[in-house]
Amino acid sequence: MVTLQLTRVSARYGRRTILEDITTPCFQGGQVVALLGPNAAGKSTLFRRILGLLKGEGQVAISNTSAERPVAYMPQDTGARAVLTVYESVLLARMQGRSLKVQPEDLAQVDRALEELNITALGERDIGDLSGGQRQLVSAAQALVQEPEILMLDEPTSALDLNRQINLLTVLRRLADERGMLILVALHDLGHALRFTDASMVLENGRLIACGPTEDVITPALLRQVYKVAARIEPCSKGRPQLIVEEAV
Amino acid sequence: MTTDTLATVTYTKGRAFYRSQVFRRQMILLALVVALFFSLCVDLALGPARYSLGEVIAALLTPQNVSQQARVILWEIRMPVALMALVVGASLSVAGAQMQTILSNPLASPFTLGISAGASFGAALGLAFGVAIIPAAIEFVVPLNAFIMAMFTAFLIHALSLKRGVTVETIVLLGIAMVFIFNSLMALIQFFASQEAVSAVVFWTMGSLTKATWPKFWVALGILVAVMPLLARHGWALTAMRLGDAKAESMGVKPRALRLEVLILVSLLAAVAVAFVGTIGFIGLVGPHIARILLGEDQRFFLPGSALCGALILSVGSVISKIIIPGTIIPIGIITSLVGIPFFLFLVLNHKKASW
Repeated sequence: MVTLQLTRVSARYGRRTILEDITTPCFQGGQVVALLGPNAAGKSTLFRRILGLLKGEGQVAISNTSAERPVAYMPQDTGARAVLTVYESVLLARMQGRSLKVQPEDLAQVDRALEELNITALGERDIGDLSGGQRQLVSAAQALVQEPEILMLDEPTSALDLNRQINLLTVLRRLADERGMLILVALHDLGHALRFTDASMVLENGRLIACGPTEDVITPALLRQVYKVAARIEPCSKGRPQLIVEEAV
Repeated sequence: MTTDTLATVTYTKGRAFYRSQVFRRQMILLALVVALFFSLCVDLALGPARYSLGEVIAALLTPQNVSQQARVILWEIRMPVALMALVVGASLSVAGAQMQTILSNPLASPFTLGISAGASFGAALGLAFGVAIIPAAIEFVVPLNAFIMAMFTAFLIHALSLKRGVTVETIVLLGIAMVFIFNSLMALIQFFASQEAVSAVVFWTMGSLTKATWPKFWVALGILVAVMPLLARHGWALTAMRLGDAKAESMGVKPRALRLEVLILVSLLAAVAVAFVGTIGFIGLVGPHIARILLGEDQRFFLPGSALCGALILSVGSVISKIIIPGTIIPIGIITSLVGIPFFLFLVLNHKKASW
């Protein structure tokens, strides 16, 4: 199964250091890992560094993969307009680096990605006509259709209603469990992180300040330190940990 | 119906829609090719000596069976001009299409990025003062000057665009700055030049296909044929560029490198076209917009569609330039703007889907 490990990874924009000395345990296929932290903590930069879009010191080691491009990345929504249907835009993501001729297998993968995210009905719509939430699901399909072994999603639930947030995270959980994908997902909802992820990494000012099993990482002390809120974590009626925020401090 | 069957039905629907869309676009491309052939024949038929479409088609298919006079008029005099219209139209339209794509700006075209203005300045230097930037035979001084200045402008924009922090918006602004600089220099040339030279410069900047010859046509065609596959090779990546740099990068595209390569290729296309026929600003802007409305922005269809739309617009423009005042060929640049822009506005205002 694919593995990902970061060792003393850093990243800079010009002279400004965005990430510094990030070292993680070895994450494996089948895991869902949350990337947490306040705004501008460096979450998107870390994704771009893993993808190789940014250079820097340290090592990003991806092992046990035979794929040419094992990682797919869903960036935050940029709201770009183009005269393309949803179906075309998802096909486009799959066809990068391939010949201009579309094979039946490529269409099958587009169908599968749309179906997986329950957006088949959007296939004929122009992407410029979509709502923010719909665009986010299409963006997830564009990452999924690349059949990655490591799937990275940058705040994929930020524009979704509650139902679709749960559905998307359930799909991600299933992809990890059934297809053995390693999923890294940036989230602001720590309740979702507690419910759907196995491990969490917490970034603050470009540094990794906590990393490990999600239930061990998300603690009242960390929430006070990083998010500046007073909160407690209690089991719900089904025994799952749930986050109760009391006030900002 | 079982769940599996339901899923299969939905899958098939998505795929069927995609296939029907591809078929429809192939048919539109085919229709454009047919329209282009028809327009070419009409363009050949019109002139001081008029021929029927049947005579033109006969002369095209079996030149040995028509009179020598018809053969000379159609093949030696009108054909290079009519074919030049197609190649220049296609070149300018493809250049505009890819500039709009890589800069994500609907106003980008060889005209608005200053490439045409640079070419005009180069041509004016030759026409007004006989300056040859590179020594050449007298008949090639003007097109060579125009070509060199067009490429110089393109490289200047490229060089400035490589500076840190330069965005696509800045590149467009740089282009507009170039237009103003060259327009001022043109005014300066016209201020110092003789009356005859000013007339020559003004006529050149109007854009005219009558400058076309077989050698010029083969050069322009050669460049177009060489550049098209190089652009088509990046078809998927160029389509992805319209989703924004961040999204394109996430799909494995390298936007900066691609932007630079494509800008050089399309500058070459535009420079050659403008050097040979003068400034025709409208095609590079409108050809791609019409192609986009007809075919969408999947480059597998948008790229050939832009070429065909540009070629068709200029060919039809050539026809109109001959029939407005019988016996007079009005410069094509004037026709394309006067006739084309109202048509373009009609299309844009009646097209409900906004793409920018």
